[in-house]
Amino acid sequence: MSISNSLRQDWQLYLILVIPLCFVILFKYAPMTGLVLAFKDYKIAKGFWGSEWVGFDVFREIFSKPDFALALRNTVMLNLLDLVFSFTMPIVLALLLNEIKSVKFKRMNQTLLYLPHFLSWIIIGAIAYQLLGEGSGAINNAIASLGGNRVPFLQEDTHWLISYLFIGVWQSMGWGTILYLAAISGINPEMYEAAIVDGAGRWRKIWNITLPSIRFTIITLLIMNLGKVMEGSFERIFALQNKATTEFTTTIPVLVYRWGIESGNFSRATALGLFQAIIGLTMVLLADRVAKKLGEDGIF
Amino acid sequence: MKSFDGTLAVQPKKRVDIWGLLIGLVLIIISLVCLLPFVHVVAKSFSEDAFVIANKVFLWPKGFSVEAYKKIFADQSILRSFYISVIVTVLFTFIGMVITILAAYALSRQQLRWRTALTMIFTFPLFFHGGIIPEYMMINNLGMLDTIWSLILPLAFSSFNLIVMKSALSSSIPVSLEESARIDGAGHFRILWSIVLPLSKPIIATLSLFYAVGRWNSYQDALFYIKQNTDLRPLQLKLYYLIIQGSESFQLEATQVSLSNPEILKASCVVFATVPILLIYPFIQKYFVQGVMLGAIKE
Repeated sequence: MSISNSLRQDWQLYLILVIPLCFVILFKYAPMTGLVLAFKDYKIAKGFWGSEWVGFDVFREIFSKPDFALALRNTVMLNLLDLVFSFTMPIVLALLLNEIKSVKFKRMNQTLLYLPHFLSWIIIGAIAYQLLGEGSGAINNAIASLGGNRVPFLQEDTHWLISYLFIGVWQSMGWGTILYLAAISGINPEMYEAAIVDGAGRWRKIWNITLPSIRFTIITLLIMNLGKVMEGSFERIFALQNKATTEFTTTIPVLVYRWGIESGNFSRATALGLFQAIIGLTMVLLADRVAKKLGEDGIF
Repeated sequence: MKSFDGTLAVQPKKRVDIWGLLIGLVLIIISLVCLLPFVHVVAKSFSEDAFVIANKVFLWPKGFSVEAYKKIFADQSILRSFYISVIVTVLFTFIGMVITILAAYALSRQQLRWRTALTMIFTFPLFFHGGIIPEYMMINNLGMLDTIWSLILPLAFSSFNLIVMKSALSSSIPVSLEESARIDGAGHFRILWSIVLPLSKPIIATLSLFYAVGRWNSYQDALFYIKQNTDLRPLQLKLYYLIIQGSESFQLEATQVSLSNPEILKASCVVFATVPILLIYPFIQKYFVQGVMLGAIKE
């Protein structure tokens, strides 16, 4: 069918697509033109077009900042640790949930496990201080009443890091099980029946049937997560940070905010954001390549 | 694999399934870990000062009191933030869903030319974006800084939700149904409205919940875009200043010195901001598990 024929017959289809397309172009693609600021010395007085081109000077400048090195280290470290804990926990949890036969019990557990996902980071931050605060947090109160010493869960760098990771796992583990459970529900039951006939027990079935069957989901999500290694949640850090713990809270998103929105250095913040976005995209593409080399499907 | 052989010995057809019980127990513990922190905060919010200060409240309120809630409901600025959040969330969810449904419908039709390229255009922002400064400048150029639209329009389209919606549409709507409608002379508007929408209720409910929860809970864009006009602060941003920074006080604090324990106030703010989400959640839960599964299963 020729293009004009197709347009005539399905003009409504193209009309339907107009609004979403305009939306995406305006709010997702148009801002990308602003990335040229990373290569300019942006002065508000001179405006967007009037500001001078400086090539890679802005990048050279930010790479030499001590804050940058710190932010880079923290971002990579926090996100890799998150990947180890927050990524694996939902898999484990989904495998455990799948072992539950009572539908009622399973659903009740899921409802409770999903709960933290529906709380905002502000609320989670507030709850964290109510529970883990050194002076009046419930957990420290319990420790103290049992005769132990109060622990600075959120008021000392290393403790803060561990709390930060734990809170991340807490918030996301239940929700993360949904996709895995969906994948598990698609497994052909005959495989389990055959395994039982062959004398396989619970763990053998998990190891030899369930896990390989959800491998595709695991790898897809892993690739997507690798793309976020440079990102990390601004909201999460911002809600959990405090003056007593500054060692790990300077991350790239936080630095972009400080340089850009707080101090108004748009060029520097844009360059940092671009650096972050490019690494993110590269990681996704690389991970996808590696996955394909290893004989997996990948996401593209 | 070898390491599991040891456990196999315990397995074979015993009456009592020890591993089953253990797994159930572990799940109960993890579930409680998810629930109890929230219960603790609720208990605190309904307690009296003296008991909270003495660190006596754990999972049940002591000396039942609703003073803190009275204070929240007397604070005009909190109520206004709540109202802003409700309006923003409703509009955002509606606009987001309209865009998502339109795009997903068009992109899931075989007749659409340049389908792959168009799909790429819609999904690429998932992997690469301009970053917060270019986006901030865009909002500024559009004159949307310090307006309610800065919280609604920029994020109203989500590539992720589109992918979920698209794969749900391609897998759940029988092609034959659409074809017979076309033979009867129905256009795409008609098919979308009378066939696709009614058949996609679970996924629509699910994604609406995603949009609504995401909007209700986020505060980052409000922190960037709502600068001067403090009347437009949504609830989460208000709570950020109130709870995390502790920098804004309740308007009535000066006059009501009797209620001075911020812990209780913070606890009741947490409950106040969470209840709306918790109220919709049970109604939609049955839909979203179904909905996510539809979207998750690969085409």
